[in-house]
Amino acid sequence: MTAAVDLQSLDVRLNGTHVLGGVNLAVSHGQWVNIIGPNGAGKTTLLRAVLGLVAYDGDISIEGLTKLRRAERARKVAYVPQTPVIPRGMLVADYVLLGRTPHRSIFAGETSADREIAADVLERLDLVGFGDRAVQSLSGGERQRTVLARALVQQADILLLDEPTTALDLGHQQDVLDLVDALRRERGLTVIATLHDLTLAARYGDQVAILAGGVIAQRGTPDEVLTVANIAEHFDAQVRVIDDPEGPVIVPTATTTSDATKAAPANGGTAQNGDHS
Amino acid sequence: MPTELGVSRLRAPALVAGILAVIIAVVAGLTIGPAGIAAPRVLMELANLLPGIAVESGLSDAHKAIVTDIRLPRVVLGLLVGATLAMSGATYQAAFRNPLADPYLLGIAAGAGLGATIAIVNDIGDGAGVFDLVPLAAFGGALGAVTVAYLAGHIGGRSTASLILAGIAVASFLAACQTYLLQANADAFRQILAWLLGRIATSGWSEPALLLPYFVVTTAVVLRYRRALDVLAVGDEEAAALGLEPRRIRLIVLIAASLGAAAAVSVSGLISFVGIIVPHAIRLIFGSSNRVLLPLSVLFGGAFLVLADLTARTVLSPAELPIGVVTAFLGAPFFVFVLRTSRREIW
Repeated sequence: MTAAVDLQSLDVRLNGTHVLGGVNLAVSHGQWVNIIGPNGAGKTTLLRAVLGLVAYDGDISIEGLTKLRRAERARKVAYVPQTPVIPRGMLVADYVLLGRTPHRSIFAGETSADREIAADVLERLDLVGFGDRAVQSLSGGERQRTVLARALVQQADILLLDEPTTALDLGHQQDVLDLVDALRRERGLTVIATLHDLTLAARYGDQVAILAGGVIAQRGTPDEVLTVANIAEHFDAQVRVIDDPEGPVIVPTATTTSDATKAAPANGGTAQNGDHS
Repeated sequence: MPTELGVSRLRAPALVAGILAVIIAVVAGLTIGPAGIAAPRVLMELANLLPGIAVESGLSDAHKAIVTDIRLPRVVLGLLVGATLAMSGATYQAAFRNPLADPYLLGIAAGAGLGATIAIVNDIGDGAGVFDLVPLAAFGGALGAVTVAYLAGHIGGRSTASLILAGIAVASFLAACQTYLLQANADAFRQILAWLLGRIATSGWSEPALLLPYFVVTTAVVLRYRRALDVLAVGDEEAAALGLEPRRIRLIVLIAASLGAAAAVSVSGLISFVGIIVPHAIRLIFGSSNRVLLPLSVLFGGAFLVLADLTARTVLSPAELPIGVVTAFLGAPFFVFVLRTSRREIW
């Protein structure tokens, strides 16, 4: 069975800088993989490459296809950007219906089927009654659900989330990720998300992949990947990892000298820090 | 069955309001004037122009000539120029995602101004017989300026900001050339200034006929892309992720809007304000969606300019005010009024 998304030796240069240098990553149907990595590691660039928004070398195959036109790709892959552009004055109903764009000619209006799909998604995401409100008037949590609604209205099987929780408080972070998880199960979505919060990355999804130095340095279950040694090596961070039945909890330790010594990885003596420039 | 979504689309009340505005402006433009011709007679005379209709309006031949040969072409020209400028302005604002964009943003005004100045200074407008070369020179200058701005902006990295900056650079350069020509030819100064301030003066049907094809093409292209422009509102990156080619769409609508604006400017001079104020007033009243905004810009832009022209030719009658003075004088207070009373957030 072909993978939903399969990246083979993916190379991306931005303005002459090698951002990704040989990324290999296959994500199977219905899987949720969280991509973590230090700032500037190229997490967003990786998602943009999958969306066809940056030039790349190597192969990206989406549901087995490597050559996809824009609209075809948009019918297979939906995207929730980290900081979506919220057009002033645009109503929630109009905004969510933008998700139907890849399903029709740019000259055609939306059909009643399009409107029904949008209304269904709004209902599912608890946004009934928001249709005639301006998107920019919504709270952070409502807005994030609205952007997610647009992506779901696209009816793509693959969902890319770029830091979907950045602007949200803890409760809303959980709401959004719980929602994504429930939708993934209902609709069999494949999810690739970038996340800063390592504990959240451990709680949600099946696998975690560390993107560092332009490659996928580690990939596996949260327990396998989120170790003190790996985090010290790739994030240049001193942490303690606490075992919890629901997955590892990553706690930063204070960076005074004594704490740093205490938290030094027992098995990571050869770890090279700062390898992510 | 979920409740029906309230999607933005051009609804009957807005369309009726726009059509009514055009009808009121046309009737006012045809009836008000020093000759004092009653509105019903004007309407009957207009009906006579339709094929297969012959009614006796009771107007004298002189009055008939005033209505059909003097006022009607002028009203039609006002409709075309106003509609084109408002629609082009709305298109520029959508394509650049910038509320301050107007149809002159990429150097059209400066290019047209330089072209007209060269023509007037060289006096090629006079004695050329049937063709007045000033509009042609203005049209050429406007298109040349936009083309240079577009090519220069493209070199500068393809972002909309670099395109706008290129437009500003081109406009400054052309304005400098124009100022030089003005200084060197002081005797042509009044004529050039009069052209720059704009007017809807027409002798007969040549100007409306000149503008009509551009108006038709611009309207057809821009209205066809109205939904795509709504998608572009989320930015190029997200629009591309939704399956569109934002750069191609922007290029097409900007070419169409620039062509229309250049043609409008070439026959009417630089009429300020219409391209910004009319679209924004429509956004405040009817909402921001381009599906609503673009068609209504055609109607309200045309009506607004006909009424502005009516004011321009009546307040100081028999002298005429430059129409640019009137558009700003009427438009600014009206816009402030709409801004104060509207509860919509448009940008």
